Amino acid sequence: MSWVLELLKAIGLTVLLFTFLAVVTAMMGVYAERKIAGWIQARLGPKHVGPQGLLQTVADTVKLLQKEHITPRRADVLMFNAAPVVVAVAALLDWVVIPFGTLGSRVLVVRDINIGVLYFSAMASVTVLGILTAGWSSNNKYALLGGLRSASQLISYELPLALGILWAAMVAGTLSTVGIVEAQIQQGGWFLFTLPPPIGRLGAPFGILAAVTFLVAATAEVNRVPFDLPEAESELVAGYFVEYTGMRFALFQLGEYGEMFGMAALATIMFLGGWAEPHLAPYLWVAVALGAVVVAAVILLTARHSLVIRPVLSLAVLTAAVGLLMSVGGHLPSIVWFLLKLFTLVFFLMWVRWTYPRLRLDQLLNLSWKVLLPLGLLNLLATGLVLTLGGR
Amino acid sequence: MLAESAIISASMPKVLLDWFYVAVFAVVGTLMAVLPLAVVWLLAPRQDSPQKTITYESGVLPFGQAWAQFNVRYYLFALIFVVFDVEVIYLYPWAVVFRQLGPVAFVEMLVFLLILLVGLVYAWKKGALEWV
Repeated sequence: MSWVLELLKAIGLTVLLFTFLAVVTAMMGVYAERKIAGWIQARLGPKHVGPQGLLQTVADTVKLLQKEHITPRRADVLMFNAAPVVVAVAALLDWVVIPFGTLGSRVLVVRDINIGVLYFSAMASVTVLGILTAGWSSNNKYALLGGLRSASQLISYELPLALGILWAAMVAGTLSTVGIVEAQIQQGGWFLFTLPPPIGRLGAPFGILAAVTFLVAATAEVNRVPFDLPEAESELVAGYFVEYTGMRFALFQLGEYGEMFGMAALATIMFLGGWAEPHLAPYLWVAVALGAVVVAAVILLTARHSLVIRPVLSLAVLTAAVGLLMSVGGHLPSIVWFLLKLFTLVFFLMWVRWTYPRLRLDQLLNLSWKVLLPLGLLNLLATGLVLTLGGR
Repeated sequence: MLAESAIISASMPKVLLDWFYVAVFAVVGTLMAVLPLAVVWLLAPRQDSPQKTITYESGVLPFGQAWAQFNVRYYLFALIFVVFDVEVIYLYPWAVVFRQLGPVAFVEMLVFLLILLVGLVYAWKKGALEWV
């Protein structure tokens, strides 16, 4: 009978995680993206639906539910219908191995698969199958070009991505996502800044290089600016999903944001210590809090009429509160730490998106094959050498 | 015989259960992704018209099919990708046991990686990494 219980549990977790993807990553992600884009471009962004436009994406979703599904006459109907579902489900499957934190002695993860990070990179590349299917089955030239570009991007950036993952797996000595976080807790520092003893902080350059390689490759893998050639709106209109309307289009959005948050979550796990609470000396936490207060004061004095005054002030207050709490020896739940790190990384990705122009295809291929791939390989070798010489 | 099957049933469940969850996620996830499409089928209008189902091509009538023969220019990259992707698959098990095996494992992987790096440099010099 126990397998029936497991089945029910699995179904429940699927519904929970899918809802998380739809509400937190897709709806709030799109809202955050539009707000941040607005601030960066000196405008307000969504404002009218709900307080500060918070319900804008909800209203958009309700609208999309009532929109007609148009299937082009010359499309391959079966493939055309399957593609958005494939993209959305691939993004969902990523999250099976993402640990959110701990509750007592339990780790809040759907399944701690023993080959977790390998499984994650496999599921992340399934997305491209859906994109390629969408591009081909639409029988539309823009869509086809978008799909093909996406495939060329995948084969170029899969390798630097895998090298970044391998780096973390090598240092931690395990492929399990939970294991990687526990290795960082055990050594008392993030892989971004710390290698296992006796190397410690001296290993920071290796970690930073691996993290940068991974983040650049991840941005390319999820087709975001400056690597958004598959959907370049100024040349391919919308690329692979140009023929998709209504909810099918929304499923592509869900897949895209689910994938982006997933990549950020994996980076959090591998380089930022996952759910682990950062251990800083109390005076450093006080410094963090004071720094936030100073930033807030400077902004209040110099840019009182800026559009971003409210979000920046709330962020400063939040940072100051966390710094004060931590400096007096307080604790935040591990899931809060995980989400804080995750959202910071997502914010960084959004910032990049609205700051940099798009690369040309040959620049994109050069960056991957001539810069990231050799760098990733050499970093792997150098870290291996350092770990070997360090006697571990 | 009996002892063997007992060992298997005692050691299998964790791994099997992991992939059982993944399978449930794939199936139920697909259903949940199809659900909004079903809602659309109930709520949204459905009116076919010859104009509406024409393939979109920036407002003009589509010129020929998109399913035509054309040159996929990155096939050389695809070939190199296969080589390196297989290499990366070899690296995964190495990465896990690397710190237990010590210097020998490092030297062996160094030789393997250097050979592949030479291959990359060769492809680079031959111009296989140029976008033509």
